[in-house]
Amino acid sequence: MAAPEPDAPPTARSRAKDKSPWNWLLLIPIVVPLVPAFFNGDSPRLFGFPRFYWLQLAYIILGVATTTVVYQLTKKRGDR
Amino acid sequence: MWRDHLTEIIIFSLLFLLVSGMGFVAARWRAPRDMAHLDEWGLGGRNFGGWITWFLVGGDLYTAYTFVAVPALVFGAGAMGFFAVPYTIVIYPLVFLVLVRLWSVSHRHGFVTPADFVRSRFDSPVLALLIAITGIVATMPYIALQLVGIEAVLKTMGVTGESALARHLPIIIAFAILAAYTYQSGLRAPALIAFVKDSLIYIVILVAIFYLPYKLGGWGDIFAAADAKFDASPAPGDGVLLNANNQLQYVTLAFGSALALFLYPHSLTGVLASRNRDVIKRNMSALPAYSLLLGLIALLGYMAIAAGVKPLPGASAGSTDSNTIVPLLFDQQFPNWFAGVAYAAIGIGALVPAAIMSIAAANLFTRNIYKEYLKRNATPAQEANVSKITSLVVKIGAVACIVFLDPQFSIDLQLIGGVIILQTLPAVALGVYTRWFHRVGLVAGWVAGMGLGMWMLYQVSSPTRKHFAGSAFPLEKFGFDTQKTIYVGIVAVAVNLLVAVLVTLVLRATKVDDGVDGTETDDYFADEGDPRLTPGDRRDADAAPEPVA
Repeated sequence: MAAPEPDAPPTARSRAKDKSPWNWLLLIPIVVPLVPAFFNGDSPRLFGFPRFYWLQLAYIILGVATTTVVYQLTKKRGDR
Repeated sequence: MWRDHLTEIIIFSLLFLLVSGMGFVAARWRAPRDMAHLDEWGLGGRNFGGWITWFLVGGDLYTAYTFVAVPALVFGAGAMGFFAVPYTIVIYPLVFLVLVRLWSVSHRHGFVTPADFVRSRFDSPVLALLIAITGIVATMPYIALQLVGIEAVLKTMGVTGESALARHLPIIIAFAILAAYTYQSGLRAPALIAFVKDSLIYIVILVAIFYLPYKLGGWGDIFAAADAKFDASPAPGDGVLLNANNQLQYVTLAFGSALALFLYPHSLTGVLASRNRDVIKRNMSALPAYSLLLGLIALLGYMAIAAGVKPLPGASAGSTDSNTIVPLLFDQQFPNWFAGVAYAAIGIGALVPAAIMSIAAANLFTRNIYKEYLKRNATPAQEANVSKITSLVVKIGAVACIVFLDPQFSIDLQLIGGVIILQTLPAVALGVYTRWFHRVGLVAGWVAGMGLGMWMLYQVSSPTRKHFAGSAFPLEKFGFDTQKTIYVGIVAVAVNLLVAVLVTLVLRATKVDDGVDGTETDDYFADEGDPRLTPGDRRDADAAPEPVA
């Protein structure tokens, strides 16, 4: 049973866990995949794929890299 | 004839029976001391680690219908169908911070549904009821569409019949089994089955993506075949690339769909079932693996063009069912036994999301209608029981939709579902960040967004249909001199927000009572092992954490 503890953890510290300037990096993989001018073309081709297809698939790597970097940089210290 | 597909049918049935067995055994997997609690039946004990969450949420978001309908769209329209890729890329950075906050506040207060959160945050049962009903209405056709995915496979295997009942018998049996083990095992069943489903799909697609281009003359030839098809077709919107008129639609559809996805109750069910904040954050980096899969699956549409696949006839005379192109492609290009594996992957792929969706809809009914309006002092055991029974009703409803109505009706409803679920964005997603909005403002915004969204969808026509022919609204109808189209949902949610802001400003100025916020700032950062869980709701909070699976 959850014992009704007094308000032990200081609010300020837990706030700091969530707020970080690094979070702004997340905007990159939100904005870049939504600009058709970047990907809506045929050349250059890669393995026979028009740019429209290989570049949008490559954006997946951009998304993964950004969320990974933000996660690592904002992870609280002394974490398990 | 089904006899020609005997090998496929046998492999399909065997794999189907295997996962059905797993579904029943799942009740004993990571078994709790007491299953008669919504946290256990409906959220799997709120204790899933990184891997389980990855399979569960992946199996939940990337459904069988997606795997059948996206390549069908690419087959028919080309580049436009590829919107699923940017859609599933932008979603994870978009919700990265929102979901952990929502998880924390739900963890501490024992929320099971998004409407639970809204109820407490904005002190408004009415707003919570609207959110719950929106969620249920948006989810129901989604469940029905999973049946469309299975049907496409069965049709290709020649499992059809003369009467409506005979034709649908395999689906009725499949859903009866699904209903039985969901009833017994709750969220644990789809979580366990998701391992099989996703493994099968990854194998099938990896094989398809290397083997089929080799057979069809390489990617250059595949794209050339698609190009030739779209050049020859009279439709203005198709092509291997986007044109000047559908770029806005492409971008707004991708962005709007991304905003909507995690508002669906079933997506949140998977998220709330995870053990801690770290599990969610790590999954935001790991889930895009499925987006890669989806992108490759989308390209199966072009392979079907290159292979000269002709879709099977549809429900009404003269129409074709383009959802059958992927099963047909597999049937034509793969050896029988492997086509059987691929069909099983699609069939099982329908079961996982259907189970989670019915659980999510049932939880909404239980928490936000039954407990709120019918039985205030329901015990946790009663809640779990009502949810189990509701999940059965939901599945019967979905089967009835497919058996008695034109499947097109479910497809239309799902299209509407995406637009209406987006109308819960201000209350749920923005509500996680701010309580600035007035509860009445949020209700007014919801009404405005719903009304406008419906009207716009009604106005969308195509050469074959007068209304509800898609989600691409021609800006011409707003009086702009252009051929461009835009995604209905984005416009509707923008108006929703605008109305919510205006009404809030007026009510704030006139000091209308705004209720009491049941949450506090600190709630949004709580993590696993938090000492301040709301007492009473969570009995097993002190149980020792299970080892990582």
